Amino acid sequence: MSQETTTIQTTPKKKTFSKFIARHVKIIPSITTLILFIIAYIIGGILFSDIGFVTFRTFFSLFTDSPFLFISAVGMTLVIISGGIDLSVGSVAALSTMIIAYGTAIEHGPDLVGMGWPIGISIFLALAVGTLLGFAMGVLIQVFKVEPFIATLAGMFFARGMTFVISIDSIPIRDEWFTALGRWRIQFRDVLSTNPNSMVNITIGVFIFLALLVFVAILMRSTKLGRNIYALGGNEQSAQLMGLPVRSTRIFVYTFNGFCSALAGLVFALSLGSGFGRHLIGMELDVIAAVVIGGTLLTGGMGYPLGSMFGVMTTGLIGKFVTFGNMLSGYARIATAALLFLFIVLQRIIIIIADKNKEA
Amino acid sequence: MRILKKITSTRIFPPLLVLFLILLFNLIVQPGFLSLEFRDGRFVGGLMLILNRSIPIMLLAVGMTLVIATGGVDLSVGSVVAVSAAVAISLIRGGDLAPTAYTAMPLVFVVLITMLVGIALGLWNGFLISKLNMPPVVATLVLMVAARGLTQIITQERSLTTGHTPFGEIANGITLGVPNQFWIGVGIFLLVWFFTRRTALGLFIESVGANKSASTHAGIRSNVVLMAVYAVSALCAAIVGILSASSVLVVEPMNTGLDMELSAIVAVVLGGTRMNGGKFNLGGSCIGAIILQALHQTMTFYGVPVQFSLVIQAIVIVVIIIIQSATTRNFISSLFKSKKEVPAS
Repeated sequence: MSQETTTIQTTPKKKTFSKFIARHVKIIPSITTLILFIIAYIIGGILFSDIGFVTFRTFFSLFTDSPFLFISAVGMTLVIISGGIDLSVGSVAALSTMIIAYGTAIEHGPDLVGMGWPIGISIFLALAVGTLLGFAMGVLIQVFKVEPFIATLAGMFFARGMTFVISIDSIPIRDEWFTALGRWRIQFRDVLSTNPNSMVNITIGVFIFLALLVFVAILMRSTKLGRNIYALGGNEQSAQLMGLPVRSTRIFVYTFNGFCSALAGLVFALSLGSGFGRHLIGMELDVIAAVVIGGTLLTGGMGYPLGSMFGVMTTGLIGKFVTFGNMLSGYARIATAALLFLFIVLQRIIIIIADKNKEA
Repeated sequence: MRILKKITSTRIFPPLLVLFLILLFNLIVQPGFLSLEFRDGRFVGGLMLILNRSIPIMLLAVGMTLVIATGGVDLSVGSVVAVSAAVAISLIRGGDLAPTAYTAMPLVFVVLITMLVGIALGLWNGFLISKLNMPPVVATLVLMVAARGLTQIITQERSLTTGHTPFGEIANGITLGVPNQFWIGVGIFLLVWFFTRRTALGLFIESVGANKSASTHAGIRSNVVLMAVYAVSALCAAIVGILSASSVLVVEPMNTGLDMELSAIVAVVLGGTRMNGGKFNLGGSCIGAIILQALHQTMTFYGVPVQFSLVIQAIVIVVIIIIQSATTRNFISSLFKSKKEVPAS
């Protein structure tokens, strides 16, 4: 009590702010990302004021350029919250594009023939295979106690390999309904742009992502399964001792992430119109970086799907800086690494402040 | 029987068994594959190729073993290989763009400077992970991207070559019938083995990996240990970069060192080191690297199309991991449990 009387004279405002941070420590990283994103965007607006950075077109392009990243980040968030990691997402997504392409192709190339299935069957099969692969990895990790890194690495090799086994070359997707769906967009004039003809396009991938986000947000917030995922990541032993269904929860997150990867592949195929083994190479690292920037702790137990959305927006923004700034590829990489680094450090500082002021 | 049990329960047994099976398979199906002859003053043949070509991944795996033993991972080694190769070749060329240009800088200095660059990059990783408490995946991911970018800048986005053949002697020169690269690999393995198993350093590493804060409280300078292992890992990568540049006399900004970190990690895991930190097995990691190379060479030799190679690698990894897993071992030992055993009550 006497401690309180002495500190009241110094900086009471600072104390309450730090205490506020400590109380809401879980959501602080994600909010930090959002704030940093806004600040970075404003800086970009100043730097590139002549080209038109602060426009609806640029902002929405963060989403429309890569809706598959957003979708995959949602699934990856659950995996990382549960204390694991999944390196297979890019390869499973690529496999998904190939299944759709090969399934619907009537003939492609001089002597190879596709399966000629209706598009619905191909899409269903692609999603089913992705989900099944996720389930298999989950079983490896839970039942056989394989490290998630290794199990999903094997999954990555397997999926990528199967994609090339189906076809070494890319296969165009020629189904009319599918192509039309990929071309569909909501379009409106960009009122913030100096160019009167500049239009904003929002494709279906973005809407698929939003639906997924809402579903997962509700899942994590209001269901037992969501709470179990947080508990599993927080401390597996405690969760087990509490009687939580550790086994089914863990297998679920990897199965669901397999589904999300396949869904991301579907969305990618919608915009690119082909299936190919070289699609989405290295995507897993982009997604992991985005999820970490978005405030999800790699050690598990903390994170929000919405935060991961901010994370993907931020990595997209970094990419925009690079394109608008016209940097050489090498400098672009270094800039990306530096910005990634900066974000993580700033987050750590905030968390350290929060830890120091933890209420007893 | 007891001797058999003793042998099979050593940690190096599973990977050795797998390697033995792969070599046996090759011996049966195509005896010429594993030939070893002495011709023109050097050993040639499939066996020599496997051993020599496994050295780069083996070196990376040695460093990676120590990193994984501390509970971390080093995703940046592939990019450090690339940067080191680029540094080495540009030092030789002296910044001149003519392909036959080379400076008068003695090769010793080229090698030393490149190794120092590697150590510096490793210390950077170690600093982020030990002092700033960054998760190793993220910290080394940052260097992975940055070092690749650095490589692109140094090489100015093109393949950098050198015609300076004495440099090629580092990896390709033959000593006692065997390429120098082989001796360098063996030498470094022995050095690391000596410093970790014949001094307390190995115990410190395992301790930090098991529980960093407990180790610190016990008096171990955990942060120094962490910085050291990442420095060693990057140094190994730098050496691999020098070997790579020396053996083909070219560095390709997008291809050199690509995906090497993944192979190194697989080699370490195949060797029996657990990824969550603690006890490590250097010999096992070497066997793991040889397994990967033997597998790769077997598939190339039999003309397995490249598509299937990825799938087969995945299946082999999964099979080995399942065999090594505690679950399987418990299952098998429960099968052999004597039915006469009465559980203690």
